[in-house]
Amino acid sequence: MSKQVFEGLKVADFSWAIVGPVVARYLGDHGATVVRVESATRPDIVRASPPFKDKVAGINRSAYYTNYNSSKYSLSLNMDLPQARDVARRLAVWSDVVIESMAPGVIKGWGLGYDDLQTLKPDLIMMSTSNLGQTGPLASMVGFGTQLVSQAGFTHLTGWPDREPAQPYAAYTDMLAPGFGTSALIGALEYRRRTGKGQYLDLSQLEGGLHFLASLFLDYQINGVEARRDGNRSTDAAPHGAYRCRGEDRWCAIAVDSTASWQVFKSQIIGVAWVNDPRFAILQGRKANEDEMDKLVEAWTIEQTAEEVMMRLQAVRVAAGVVKNARDILEDPQLSHRRHYRTLNHPEIGPHTYDYPPFHMSRTPAEIRNAPCLGEHNEFVIKELLGMSDEEYVELLVSGALE
Amino acid sequence: MNPSTESFLSPYRFLDLTDDRGFLCGKILSSLGAEIIKIEPPGGDASRLANHLYQSDSSNEHENSLFWFAYNQGKKGITLNLQSQDGKALFKRLASTAHGIIESFSPGYLDSLGLGYTVLTQNNPGLIFTSITPFGQDGPYKDWNAPDIVGMALGGYMYLCGDPDRAPVRISYPQAYLHAAGEAAVGTLIALYHWINTGEGQLVDVSMQESVAMLMFNSRGYWELDKTLISRQGPRRTGLSSGAIQRQTWPCRDGFVTFVVMAGTTGAKTNQALVQWMGEDGMADEYLRSIDWAIFDMATAGQEFHDEVEARIGRFFLKHTRDELTEGAMKRRIMLYPVATVGDLLINPQLLARNYWTPIAHPELGTTVTYPGPFIKSSPTPCVTGHRAPLVGEHNEEVYSKELGLSQPEMVELRRRGII
Repeated sequence: MSKQVFEGLKVADFSWAIVGPVVARYLGDHGATVVRVESATRPDIVRASPPFKDKVAGINRSAYYTNYNSSKYSLSLNMDLPQARDVARRLAVWSDVVIESMAPGVIKGWGLGYDDLQTLKPDLIMMSTSNLGQTGPLASMVGFGTQLVSQAGFTHLTGWPDREPAQPYAAYTDMLAPGFGTSALIGALEYRRRTGKGQYLDLSQLEGGLHFLASLFLDYQINGVEARRDGNRSTDAAPHGAYRCRGEDRWCAIAVDSTASWQVFKSQIIGVAWVNDPRFAILQGRKANEDEMDKLVEAWTIEQTAEEVMMRLQAVRVAAGVVKNARDILEDPQLSHRRHYRTLNHPEIGPHTYDYPPFHMSRTPAEIRNAPCLGEHNEFVIKELLGMSDEEYVELLVSGALE
Repeated sequence: MNPSTESFLSPYRFLDLTDDRGFLCGKILSSLGAEIIKIEPPGGDASRLANHLYQSDSSNEHENSLFWFAYNQGKKGITLNLQSQDGKALFKRLASTAHGIIESFSPGYLDSLGLGYTVLTQNNPGLIFTSITPFGQDGPYKDWNAPDIVGMALGGYMYLCGDPDRAPVRISYPQAYLHAAGEAAVGTLIALYHWINTGEGQLVDVSMQESVAMLMFNSRGYWELDKTLISRQGPRRTGLSSGAIQRQTWPCRDGFVTFVVMAGTTGAKTNQALVQWMGEDGMADEYLRSIDWAIFDMATAGQEFHDEVEARIGRFFLKHTRDELTEGAMKRRIMLYPVATVGDLLINPQLLARNYWTPIAHPELGTTVTYPGPFIKSSPTPCVTGHRAPLVGEHNEEVYSKELGLSQPEMVELRRRGII
């Protein structure tokens, strides 16, 4: 096995919830030594969120948490105590990279602001991430991705035009920001290698997230067109939607995006007259009669399983895919072939799956280790990584700083 | 290198062969200062002809896709016919000047042209070769046809979105390949970091389906651990507590806002602050005021509790405008955000104060267009803004003639034969 990419890179992960932990996870899965700093007194909201092993809540029982925190060590610190803040400072000085995602200002209050840390470690790279960024009139506005998804425009764009918006599931923007943050962090590491200079990175999850809607802002300015939710419709394709199939809540997505594709699609629907209706022959006609056409398509799909519709259409290169639920994706032949889900045996949760990174690297593949239990590596971090003595460790333990 | 213009990735060059499924990867690297050379077939990418056109009466149909503008901004652009022998030879020369290649052709296509990873590494052993495809380079679906809606379906996220009494929905702006391209940027940079330390290149094989599968949040674990299938609930959701359905997006007097009753220290603060505010409006009754949010436990709060609380909060929101609620929430530290539209975002005070929106000149169109700005604020090296997206073949002269040293007669000949 060749050496992992980030072996020797030291990361202090003071972040919580999803964005910061996912950034640190990318580094950890590729070999960095990542110390996740947490507290039992203020548990990570994701540790405190279900699903839990056997439906019993517990600090080390959430599979929501484990998936975002593979390949890390856990150090628990009660930051209300000065001894804990001292350990946190030592850890920051030990590290190459500090990541944090407290509400703007909190980390400064602990004496761990970039200005404080930079005097102790001039070439430190530090990334703060929050909903709206560290500066500006609304910087201190509290919230999670669960709310930011609406501020960032995605909620308005999801659902049916005749209904109130259907907010995209969970903290959607939380999965937009990490790619930007991790890219910039690796860039900052490379810049430091060339110049010896550290960096401060302010990742506003709103500002990153808007790149996932970029051309809509141009369309609005230039053409005065303001995007709205439109169910599953597309201006360039019809049929374009999720069609009900046989069974309970089973659906197949279908997209017919060219005349050639329509001809092939049509050839699969045998023994019905409507497919040859001249109104449906060209895209404009299908768009003009889309409600009616969708009903006719669905009359065909409902007789088959979603898998049958998908296999039949993909066999002739028409775009189709089962609307897979969580059970389906765990059994998906392609994801299985790619080994996207990796099962690790967690000490409290037992064997369960983690997402493998969606990019497979031929020479330096990611290697995923279990997410830590809270404070699991306190002694290792304090003594081995920070080089403190047995005595100091015991003092910290007794003081309650490691809670 | 001029230090005043030096950014994170200034010394590095990538050739970008992607279509609309991969543009964002090169765009991210370009913002970090890398030189990105977008290579299109002579005449321009097919994707220049679609996706939000700049004024329908525009005289040049290849220079008016707003999608193309947005995701190729900051890149250089050259044309090259990869199917011709001379085109292949030129591409090999270019590939030996680059640190990496980003491509989104069907699996095996570049190999079939004799331009695959193995061939290109003969002259450039450290090359990074990033492929963005629907399903990755191998597996039973690898050749399947998967535009955005199919990707969102097969990756599992679509099932979670939409109203319970209708079909699942995608987000009404293509997302699946943006996720793939974002993941590709991370993979490419991890590979670059490795190359810097070792001189070794590699393949980075990105799957859109796997990128979308990252969006399952807690729902996959719910099935795996609990055999509970989370499903779409429109403006509501499940999954925060045991079985209860909670409203997240609420109608207010002139639009919608998002607020979720949450537990924990953070939830207690925001719930209490909202009840306090409602009290000042005379809208917090005994039931609401008697709730002790400090001990409120999501695991035991049932549907009835949520319904009671939501009926009251819902009435309060309906009395106020989106701006009143957003401003009040800001002052009172309540986790409430407006449901913003595209137009709202362009005048959002926070984005304006941070100078997020970035004007970029389009001299050919005689105008300046406002683009989303840097995805991260950094010091001492800010992201690079760069110029508008390249015109078709705009940098042919610079790359082929000045850099590779092709003579003018050679350039004319390549153009005549449709190679550039």
